[in-house]
Amino acid sequence: MDNIKATHKKQCLLAGLCLIIVILSTTPIFIQPYMVIFLTSIFLYMVLTMSWAIFSGPTRYISLASAAFFGTGIYVSAILGEALPLIAVVFAGGVISFLLAFIIGILTLRLRGMYFIIFTFVSSELIRNFILFYENSYTGTIGRWVVSVDSTTVYYFMLVIFLMTLGAAYAITRTRFGLALRSIGEAEEASDHIGINVVMMKVLAFAISAFFMGASGAIMATRWTYIDPLIAFNPLYSFMPVLMAIFGGVEHIHGHMVGAIIFSVLEEVLITEFPYHYMLLFGIILIAAIVFLPQGLVGKWSKGGLKETP
Amino acid sequence: MRILETESLTKNFGGLAAVSEVDFHIDAGEIVGLIGPNGAGKTTLFNLISGSLSPSSGKTQFNEHDITGKRPYKICKLGIARTFQLVQLFGHLTVRENVQLGSLFGMFGHSKWSEADEKSSELLEFVGLLDSENALAKDMTIANQKRLEVARALATRPELLLLDEVMAGLNPTEVSEAIELVRRIRDKGITIFMIEHVMKAIMGISDRIIVLHYGLKIAEGTPAEIAAHEKVIEIYLGT
Repeated sequence: MDNIKATHKKQCLLAGLCLIIVILSTTPIFIQPYMVIFLTSIFLYMVLTMSWAIFSGPTRYISLASAAFFGTGIYVSAILGEALPLIAVVFAGGVISFLLAFIIGILTLRLRGMYFIIFTFVSSELIRNFILFYENSYTGTIGRWVVSVDSTTVYYFMLVIFLMTLGAAYAITRTRFGLALRSIGEAEEASDHIGINVVMMKVLAFAISAFFMGASGAIMATRWTYIDPLIAFNPLYSFMPVLMAIFGGVEHIHGHMVGAIIFSVLEEVLITEFPYHYMLLFGIILIAAIVFLPQGLVGKWSKGGLKETP
Repeated sequence: MRILETESLTKNFGGLAAVSEVDFHIDAGEIVGLIGPNGAGKTTLFNLISGSLSPSSGKTQFNEHDITGKRPYKICKLGIARTFQLVQLFGHLTVRENVQLGSLFGMFGHSKWSEADEKSSELLEFVGLLDSENALAKDMTIANQKRLEVARALATRPELLLLDEVMAGLNPTEVSEAIELVRRIRDKGITIFMIEHVMKAIMGISDRIIVLHYGLKIAEGTPAEIAAHEKVIEIYLGT
């Protein structure tokens, strides 16, 4: 009986998902370009948050290196944009970020807690300054031009990256890999002692999360046409995913999505309505969210969420 | 047959020798007790065997493998499992998931969830926790948490099980149950090396006891020999 119910629920979920995909993939035909761009940035925020949470959610290692991988994707796009077709550029952005994260991961994942957080943040700054130095001394420029792509194409690329991130995030929670990552977040020493190669698991999760950040950076760069290290490696991209995940609820994938959607809508509304006080209002809302909803919006709504709050 | 053997195993923390030139061996199928006053280096010795710490010098041999300084997960996969003095469970995972992880990643690393699941049920029943398999590990009583930790260690299918004070903090009934459990584990053919402060327990079930004091092995023998050992009495009762 339970089994039939479960399959039924699964079918409904699958049908719902297909419907959403169909709606999302036909949307650009019906709406204004402005809305297409807005939806793209919502997808971007969702990708950044979900991919950040692939690693940081279960392991509880707070990474502030998102900007490093996002920015790497942007630079890959700027450098390879003319040489390769767009799809190859986006893929390359993901792969190069993956490799970079692998290296950073091997170097940093022996650190824990505060040391890890600071090291990841600094590694992002290090890359930014290295590129700045390189461009100044060797290419003689500061910024670069990126091959421009129309907003509908960018929308479809972001949509695909979003679906891939969602699929990966969901798949990982269902595998032994995901279970092992959670065990690392709970008691890392014990995980090590029951045969889990904790360093490998962490590095792999870190690199997978970087892949999606890099890919989304590569496609978003085409929207901006001009980039420089300050734009590409803006530390805001390291903090945003953390804030959005906390806002929506770190524990669940739909929490990350809700957090990212509300964040992007809020940002859009505040920027247009209160251009001078937008950062101030944003900060106040965020503080209120952390004080009153420590489990995140989704945590508050879902059963038992309130009980867990001390 | 010797399953574990150390050769002048030493660990220095700065100028302090926590474990100093310790030689001992464990035979397959034995229950060996490790006792000594607080700070004698018992847990450090466990950490050296299981790979949490690398020795400053000396050697550890497990079956035909030299496991000196190997990483914990590798040592686990060779067949040594352990529990911790302060229980280290995956608190927000369910009881079943805790055990599943052991069988998914342990010595043989079950490739199928269904196999790991079957093994988990078997072990949960073995330690008597099958009824609470869906509870979160953090919500269990301390006695059950200790049982769960034993089940998780067993799920990795060890040949040698290191138990670090599994009876500490338990009431007399729970202690008897724990003693019973240790005996049943041995009957499954698993060798046991255990640290224990509960004298009644360790004297009752050990085949052999090793005594550490200030990092040195000062005595070794059957429980009767240890109970009559002059130096051991001196350490425990003072002169």
